[in-house]
Amino acid sequence: MSELRETIQQVIENEPVALFMKGTPQFVMCGNSERALRALREAGAPVTAVDILPDPRIRQELSALSGWPTIPQVFVRGELIGGADIVEELAATGDLERTLQEKLGADYREGEPAGRVVDVLAA
Amino acid sequence: MSTARLETLLRAAFPDAAELDVADRTGGGDHFQVAVTSPRFNGLPLLEQHRLVNEALADPLADGTIHELRIKTRGTE
Repeated sequence: MSELRETIQQVIENEPVALFMKGTPQFVMCGNSERALRALREAGAPVTAVDILPDPRIRQELSALSGWPTIPQVFVRGELIGGADIVEELAATGDLERTLQEKLGADYREGEPAGRVVDVLAA
Repeated sequence: MSTARLETLLRAAFPDAAELDVADRTGGGDHFQVAVTSPRFNGLPLLEQHRLVNEALADPLADGTIHELRIKTRGTE
């Protein structure tokens, strides 16, 4: 396994909520990434973001790991939840908060505030 | 890419679709919204429903023809 793929896998496995997106929460570069981020924030999720734009290999390795072709991708406790449409739909039905509670515990909102960024190239 | 080609791919993957709609969101041939209602989605989690749509559109997704894709799926139950 490549070093980059290993780093991405570690982020997926170790971060409570990992969002692979175009841009950063401070500077979102894509409408779908914006939608996913907004839904996660409204649910109070402690988001760790990874910007996939700096190097095309990030997206290649991520999709190879997840089997999911598009960006954004949201993982909770290592499990792929889906892209922007799924996260929005789950948020609308209340299933997103239920999933976060089940996987992170009832007090998940007290975790780190949304917006941490991990640079997978620097690791 | 035309909406017709996307529709052909989806029609082949979901021949029993009750509803199948493809919209070009920006008119530029690369931002699409697809809506599929099919009995194949019955009982499947959303993630698996969307995975089936992604698989049907794997080629245009992989070669970058589809720059942005929005998916709406529904079962028939």
